[in-house]
Amino acid sequence: MRLAVNRLKTDILIIGGGTAGCFAAITIAEQGNGKVVIAEKAGIRRSGCLAAGVNALNAYIVPGRTPETYLDYVKNDSEGLIRDDLVFTIAQRLNAVTKKMENMGLVIQKNAKGEYVSRGTRNIKINGENMKPLLADAVAKQENITVLNRVNMIDYIIKDAKVIGAYGFSLDTNTFYVITAKAVICTTGGAAGLYRPNNPGFSRHKMWYSPFNTGAGYAMGIRAGAEMTTFEMRFIALRCKDTIAPTGTISQGLGAPQVNNVGENYERQYGTKTAIRLYSTILQNKTGKGPCYLQTAGITDEQVNELYRAYLNMAPAQTLRWLENGKGPGNEDVEIEGTEPYIVGGHTGSGYWVDTSRATTIEGLYAAGDVAGGSPQKYVTGCFAEGEIAALAAIEYIRDKKCQLPSEQAVQEKLIEVNYFLGDKAALYTAEDIEEAMQKTMDDYAGGIASGYTFNEKKLQVAKNRIKELMELSKQLTAQDLHQLLHIYEVLDRLYVCKVLIHHLEARKETRWHSFQENADYPDKDDENWLVFVNSRLENGEVKMILRDLVKRDDHYEH
Amino acid sequence: MSIRIDGQKCIGCGRCRQVCPGNLLCEAENKVTEIRYPKDCWGCTSCIKECEYNAIHYFLGADIGGKGSMLHTSREGSLLHWIVTSPDHSRKVITIDQRQANAY
Repeated sequence: MRLAVNRLKTDILIIGGGTAGCFAAITIAEQGNGKVVIAEKAGIRRSGCLAAGVNALNAYIVPGRTPETYLDYVKNDSEGLIRDDLVFTIAQRLNAVTKKMENMGLVIQKNAKGEYVSRGTRNIKINGENMKPLLADAVAKQENITVLNRVNMIDYIIKDAKVIGAYGFSLDTNTFYVITAKAVICTTGGAAGLYRPNNPGFSRHKMWYSPFNTGAGYAMGIRAGAEMTTFEMRFIALRCKDTIAPTGTISQGLGAPQVNNVGENYERQYGTKTAIRLYSTILQNKTGKGPCYLQTAGITDEQVNELYRAYLNMAPAQTLRWLENGKGPGNEDVEIEGTEPYIVGGHTGSGYWVDTSRATTIEGLYAAGDVAGGSPQKYVTGCFAEGEIAALAAIEYIRDKKCQLPSEQAVQEKLIEVNYFLGDKAALYTAEDIEEAMQKTMDDYAGGIASGYTFNEKKLQVAKNRIKELMELSKQLTAQDLHQLLHIYEVLDRLYVCKVLIHHLEARKETRWHSFQENADYPDKDDENWLVFVNSRLENGEVKMILRDLVKRDDHYEH
Repeated sequence: MSIRIDGQKCIGCGRCRQVCPGNLLCEAENKVTEIRYPKDCWGCTSCIKECEYNAIHYFLGADIGGKGSMLHTSREGSLLHWIVTSPDHSRKVITIDQRQANAY
């Protein structure tokens, strides 16, 4: 089997048709500024993080609050290390993008006066089960958007130090795509599946973050030499045991406290910052006070039924579990656990180092959503907002630009690289073998679940060497079909993300975010020396570290 | 965590194949749809909601406490019925009006 070249040309190429990507495409089409191609590795109707739906909008400026107070909240929750300019420009757009989503058909709960009903100080109540179908319908209405479903992009096309498009392949036909564009927006999401998961057996993909978000956007950027930031701030979610379903619905929605095995509310001792809610649970377990629970026993039948519905709208496994156990949250407390670590810029600060307009450090390339760094707590609406900001910047950028074409030699070299995996070689290992070896390495030596999320310099060296070996071994992988070819590229991408992640964990010589970044060699926070961004860039195969200062709220940061 | 496709009910329309976020569903030799990598299912239930023939059911793996119950949906206007069938064939139905927001 061999792939054959198909060349396409567009004005703006968007890689990844999820939350941020669809919103960026709609923004460009509505502005009437040229043709857009969305390249999506699955189908945009249910691809990305929102396949099952989402329970609430967790980033909204409710009455009495302002974008400034949202910025203060994110800054406090992230121990001061955020890009104020990025978080603030998102916060300013949160309510407008929410209104736009409502116009596309999203159900938002309103009171008698027609105002949105808030859940706490930053959230509003919705029915988010059909968020992706609504976005896909809105995309379909735009003539200037072409959607390429089931096309997996693998690398940017670079010419004269600019991104001029991307290479990819179809999952249905033996087609190698060469898509050239005046600008590219990367919206591929973050990375799951780097560490050994909570349920490593049959239910290995029963994880919080989408197991199909494999860090492709990070990896493409790393390979192209783009600057990345804050990978060391991993995200570890506190979730319902086994089903890995969200806990916010119960803790924030219902107001259920976290308790240990003797019923003590341990949240009060530690506080409720995102990382600390997890860390305190880990500490309880360490000192023999686990399992830990969300205290729900005794809630009313009405509350139980509302929880069943809420979970069906985003994580149906949890409702199925309650129903088939014959015991619901009214009968017994809900056990909680921490997940494996993810790299996800919609929750923490990991991702591309971008300027205020969301341009990356490579000309012609923009980033938005979970793949863009520096601005934690974006959630769904923040990804919309960032998609919009990146789209507007890309429109401005292409104003006086022409499409450039890669050299025939460059195209043929890339095609040979892809076809090599489809050759009839005898391979000892499969992509799955490499992936499991990578997850085991990260779990044991780079602060996974097995090591209580803690790492030290010596362990990281072991991880670094093993990931290097696995990258070598992965060159010999072979694929019999297009789906196996996809698996090869997914594991390659994850290995690149792991490589950079390990260097970031090594570089920050303090512990800023407990559990997320628990450095046993430097167990304390050190504001004097480390209130700075840890960034990196791949140069000639080596990860080069760069430290950068904080950026003020009203600064317009340029590279 | 995975799904089971009933080859007797599946007509091979392919709608589920278009929505699986992991590209896990494919056409078998007899034209019906099969799940190629059952362990790679995320459990999002997108395929189940797309299937008009009740051919796809979702279940919890034994490793996460599954006891053999199966979940599927049926749509009626804005109502989405979620139906859980136990191994003893008893059924529980939860109906959600998609025009209403979640309470929490």
